[in-house]
Amino acid sequence: MCASVKYGSRGPALIPRMKTKYRIYYITLFSVVLLGLIATGMFQFWPHSIESSAEWSLDRRSVHDAPLVRIPMSSPIPERGDLSCRMHTCFDVYRCGYNPKNKIKVYIYPLQRFVDEVGVPISSTGLSREYNDLLSAISDSDFYTDDVSRACLFIPSIDVLNQNSLRIRETAQALAMLPRWDKGMNHLLFNMLPGGPPDYNTALDVPRDRALLAGGGFSTWTYRQGYDVSIPVYSPLSVEVDLPERQPGPRRYFILSSQTAIHREYRVELERLKEENGEALLLLDKCSNLSQGLASVRKRCYKGQVYDYPQILQESSFCVVLRGARLGQATLSDVLQAGCVPVIMADSYILPFSEVLDWKRASVVIPEEKLPEMYTILKSIPHRQVEEMQRQKWTSVNSPLFLPLIPPRSPGFTAVVLTYDRIESLFRVITEISKVPSLAKLLVVWNNQNKSPPEESLWPKVAVPLKVLRTKENKLSNRFFPFDEIETEAVLAIDDDIIMLTSDELQFGYEVWREFPDRLVGYPGRLHLWDHEMGKWKYESEWTNEVSMVLTGAAFYHKYFNYLYTYKMPGDIKNWVDAHMNCEDIAMNFLVANITGKAPIKVTPRKKFKCPECTAIDGLSLDQTHMVERSECINKFASVFATMPLKVVEHRADPVLYKDDFPEKLKSFPNIGSL
Amino acid sequence: MQARKKYVLLGLCMCCWLLLYYWGGLQERLLGLITHKRGEVARPWPSWLDRDLLPGYADQAELQNDGGSGDSPRQRRQSWAGIYKDSRCRMDTCFDFARCQGQSGFRVYIYPPEKGERVSESYHKILTSVVESRYYTSDPREACLFVLGIDTLDRDQLSTQFVPNVDERIRGYPLWNDGRNHVIFNLYSGTWPNYTEDLGFNVGQAILAKASLNTEHFRPGFDISIPLFSKEHPQKGGERGWLVRNTVPPRRKYLLMFKGKRYLTGIGSDTRNALHHIHNGKDIVSLTTCRHGKDWEKHKDTRCDHDNQEYERFDYQELLHNSTFCLVPRGRRLGSFRFLESLQAACIPVLLSNGWELPFSDVIQWNQAVIEGDERLLLQVPSTVRAVGIDRVLALRQRTQMLWEAYFSSVDKIVLTTLEIIKDRVYSHISRNKFMWNALPGGLLVLPEYSTHLAHYPFYYLNLGISPGQEFTAVIHATSPLVSQSQPIMKLLQVVSKSKYCSQIIILWNSEKPPPHRSKWPPMPVPLIITDGRRKTSSRFLPHAAIETEAVLSLDEDTVLLTSEIDFAFHVWRSFPERIVGYPPRSHFWDPVKKAWGYTSKWTNEYSIVLTGAAFYHRYYHHLFSHYLPSSLRVLVDRTSNCEDILMNFLVSSVTNLPPIKVAQRKQYKEMPTLQVSFCPSIESGTKTAPWVNPEHFTQRQECVSTFASWFGYMPLVHSQFRLDPVLFKDHVSVLRKRYKDLERV
Repeated sequence: MCASVKYGSRGPALIPRMKTKYRIYYITLFSVVLLGLIATGMFQFWPHSIESSAEWSLDRRSVHDAPLVRIPMSSPIPERGDLSCRMHTCFDVYRCGYNPKNKIKVYIYPLQRFVDEVGVPISSTGLSREYNDLLSAISDSDFYTDDVSRACLFIPSIDVLNQNSLRIRETAQALAMLPRWDKGMNHLLFNMLPGGPPDYNTALDVPRDRALLAGGGFSTWTYRQGYDVSIPVYSPLSVEVDLPERQPGPRRYFILSSQTAIHREYRVELERLKEENGEALLLLDKCSNLSQGLASVRKRCYKGQVYDYPQILQESSFCVVLRGARLGQATLSDVLQAGCVPVIMADSYILPFSEVLDWKRASVVIPEEKLPEMYTILKSIPHRQVEEMQRQKWTSVNSPLFLPLIPPRSPGFTAVVLTYDRIESLFRVITEISKVPSLAKLLVVWNNQNKSPPEESLWPKVAVPLKVLRTKENKLSNRFFPFDEIETEAVLAIDDDIIMLTSDELQFGYEVWREFPDRLVGYPGRLHLWDHEMGKWKYESEWTNEVSMVLTGAAFYHKYFNYLYTYKMPGDIKNWVDAHMNCEDIAMNFLVANITGKAPIKVTPRKKFKCPECTAIDGLSLDQTHMVERSECINKFASVFATMPLKVVEHRADPVLYKDDFPEKLKSFPNIGSL
Repeated sequence: MQARKKYVLLGLCMCCWLLLYYWGGLQERLLGLITHKRGEVARPWPSWLDRDLLPGYADQAELQNDGGSGDSPRQRRQSWAGIYKDSRCRMDTCFDFARCQGQSGFRVYIYPPEKGERVSESYHKILTSVVESRYYTSDPREACLFVLGIDTLDRDQLSTQFVPNVDERIRGYPLWNDGRNHVIFNLYSGTWPNYTEDLGFNVGQAILAKASLNTEHFRPGFDISIPLFSKEHPQKGGERGWLVRNTVPPRRKYLLMFKGKRYLTGIGSDTRNALHHIHNGKDIVSLTTCRHGKDWEKHKDTRCDHDNQEYERFDYQELLHNSTFCLVPRGRRLGSFRFLESLQAACIPVLLSNGWELPFSDVIQWNQAVIEGDERLLLQVPSTVRAVGIDRVLALRQRTQMLWEAYFSSVDKIVLTTLEIIKDRVYSHISRNKFMWNALPGGLLVLPEYSTHLAHYPFYYLNLGISPGQEFTAVIHATSPLVSQSQPIMKLLQVVSKSKYCSQIIILWNSEKPPPHRSKWPPMPVPLIITDGRRKTSSRFLPHAAIETEAVLSLDEDTVLLTSEIDFAFHVWRSFPERIVGYPPRSHFWDPVKKAWGYTSKWTNEYSIVLTGAAFYHRYYHHLFSHYLPSSLRVLVDRTSNCEDILMNFLVSSVTNLPPIKVAQRKQYKEMPTLQVSFCPSIESGTKTAPWVNPEHFTQRQECVSTFASWFGYMPLVHSQFRLDPVLFKDHVSVLRKRYKDLERV
């Protein structure tokens, strides 16, 4: 469950684009933190479910109304964080009890204002805007509970985002005073700026017993893998400035360095790079002549020229994010928001959410020592890769049958014949199919509720089990139901009037399906075309050089697609098909192509399937209204899928020796019809 | 009277029922009061009136200045090396990168074994894998990484394979250098009763490649967790995974199974002693036995006899084949053989081994292949695995197979993965990303020196939602000197350059004569490049820098093709960019008499090879051919001037697990079915006298197939029964409607 949830939540964007509101950022932040925890194992056992979220309470108060709590001098201090803590040693899973709703519950302590004995607060800022928003986001989520006895995870309302504003000892005492503290078990603290001068620890210095830490700026020595979560350092600029989205592509500068607090040694290196490579590099610094204040943080200068920050970040392909006194840099958030590819140089830094994110795909991580080689390293990255990094989001097809397997011939296939009342032709089809060596079972889906199927004695005698399944309604989707009676992987869907297919053709089709078990492998091929005049898709059943669909009037496919068709078909397509009594085959082609990204395979040259007397195109298809309806289906489905998943190919599969000068009797599949 | 009685009875019943209902309701309400008002809306975090007045957590200047720029980075790096040693080792502090920056790159040296040194079977295999890898060097001066000659696999003092005095011996190594740049392989550490992580000697700054690693002792980004493997684990190739089909619904006969020892005392007994609780005899089979060790009867408890009996009723192999999930609890140590066994059997592992650092956790995303449980929550395991949906079961199961085949099925793969992980750390900006490690065909077949960009590989087009490029490069292998303008190569150049998809032509000059002057070649609409192949057959698969397109059309100088044949094949290749798409097919077969693989050029109903004298494939295979395959195989190809095409087919099929694709070819008068003679080498390439009339040429090809199969450790070639033709090929329809009409001309 975890994998799917995780991917779902980060599907569209790799990094939360902190664009619209704080809240989105914090909801994402919190979910990723939680998912991070889940991914690390402990919560694997709680499949998530959704409960209606709580509504906002109407009593509006000020933070200054929060009760005052005085910390006695002698109040106990928790132990320093235990570096050996892991989920199985420091986390109490029993508190998370396997509740019937299968859900982790998170409790937030009510806000209190902690002061020491003389009344000085433990923090110079108190509750910050960011921490307040974070807590609101949690309280809005499905994980929230206000019942302390049901909670699995506890979140103190003591704001420790920025260690600089904290009085370490008193904060620790305040934590220990929390009613459920219990050595910090199952408590989660959020911190973005850890450490302080002169040595700048990479984790929060506040003694915190066994509490979990979601921290920005962990190093590999302070990060407890599978226990802590590394988070980005939030940059308030992202809400202040609304940057337009930039398309991937070349930028004015190749490398941009925008940080103002770069160590002298590194600035010298950067300047050397600038000398060597000139205009490709833009090396910005503080503006010395501007007056201090809010304006100055939004300006950068190079040789007296003033640039707007963070807008300038959008003008460069790569943006340098060097460590400062701390490993985590707010610049990283700015850079990502601007769509610039970060070049991260911070040895030993645990990148945010590194356990779930693939940073190598979205950034370049270079050892600090290699700073002098930065230009060469970045130049060696192909343009297309840079563009992919800029894009930050990846559309991808994850085929459910991704393993390249060629299943054994032995279990054979199950033929599912859809019929209404054409008994004579049905029996001919059954007799013909029963000659196919790999046929394992015949299922007749009897779609006529007004008439009973013929008596058993009247059916053709076949060597394999034959079963008639009577349906409750005359629906086309019945043919794609994942009947328990289908015990093979391979299904041959066939109409009751497809009498022309020879047993060689069917057996060959099955052999081809074995080599393409994740595709539709069928006989009648069709094509979709873009009608430029009408500005929409058109269905084509003429003899064309191309194929993008195979009709399921005669096609092999994996039983899994029955399951997908019945239970996972997007939108209202399934009902639409049943209501129109048409296009179930087109819907199946859309479904399979969309999930696998692959084209169907047309097998053998056969074009006629029904009766020899018919013209080039099969009976039903001649009907003009039918063609219009089919085109309509394509347009309808394309809009439901929000894309055109069908793939056009120019090939079909024939037996290796088809039409070769070779004795027919030595060919495996001699009887391949050419009409 | 009767009726009245009936009514009274009914009335009484009603009363009772009402009473019960009321009383029950009351109780419920009381309960609600005592516990908590259920169903009531939870009190959320307040929306403060003064939210907008709250201060930011840090002001902009503070964030940008970041408390100054800190210490001198150079000094910091130096001081780190002093602080972060031994148990706090990281690559930055305990690894000498300078050793790997030399000309020779990433090289691994093995200390020579001392006289009379006994090395266990497994360690012997590990050393063999290193020696046969492309990273081995016999010169310690060019080595980046060192592997001990001393067997350190089994460090259990009670074991017969325990090697004493390791400490003194390694200290005698002049290059030991406190273990810097050394890798120490270990499968078993510690001994009864605690089985600690102690190896019995000082590892110092060496990288541990160890099974059953505990997260607490694991030095992240430095040590490497490897799987526990048995001494029967194959050196090469290895068995395929057991999954042959994706049945739907994916549930097997049993939901969950375990069959193994129950420890009554000692470490690991907490978990092993509880496993029998989840056994239900129906879909959950959890069998434990007390019968292990010499004096098991001493510790015997009341369950033992019954359990031992039940234990014998089920066969472990049968359970492995027929179970959806397999419990993989810790044993005395954290890792166990059953981990790899379940992985191979496509039985989704449910881990109960708290604190186990999973094998190759640096690179493998295990949550896609296993369920990580918690020993403390054993009793929840059944309901957890029951709740796993069919999509997830299918995905997890296929992933077990992918991981097994990519990283675990042989000692070679385990050792190479270990080395590649270290190599990725050493050259971190030219390394594989997580996606490469976790997508087919796996990290070992992705050589980041070729590219770090996913779109440059033939494997990821679908994942990226893109298609291969619209152009190809033709590489023509020329061996005969240019004497006349009517030579086949002239015609070929014309035909190829006429294709609208051809972007360049490279002539690989492998003739004894020097290449002719530029003016001798006909004028071309596309760039023509002549390169010197140094008369090596393998040079046709060198990753020539000049090849700029993803698709390569490999051609022999005497190949006869039509432009439309080329165009059609290229179209097909764009649908199957990870395979070889070509024209003349060949086949391999198992000869039960000779008990060896055979090769045939007969026309048959199936094929497993297409000749690369005329074939499309992705240029990355040039890179794999030249850098992934061992030089010994390329030497064989060059010495015999033969088999390069077979080797390429072996390589590609081993990567894809799929056959090549044969496409339609125009009938040529030269092609004659060779039915009469069984192993007639007549039409190797369609024309001419040269090598293939020589019967020796054909015998060589037979031998090649065997040699290659033994290097790969299995037979990677796969048969196919179809050929891809244009949709209207030989159909009874006007030729004017056919896009590839030329194909039907004789």
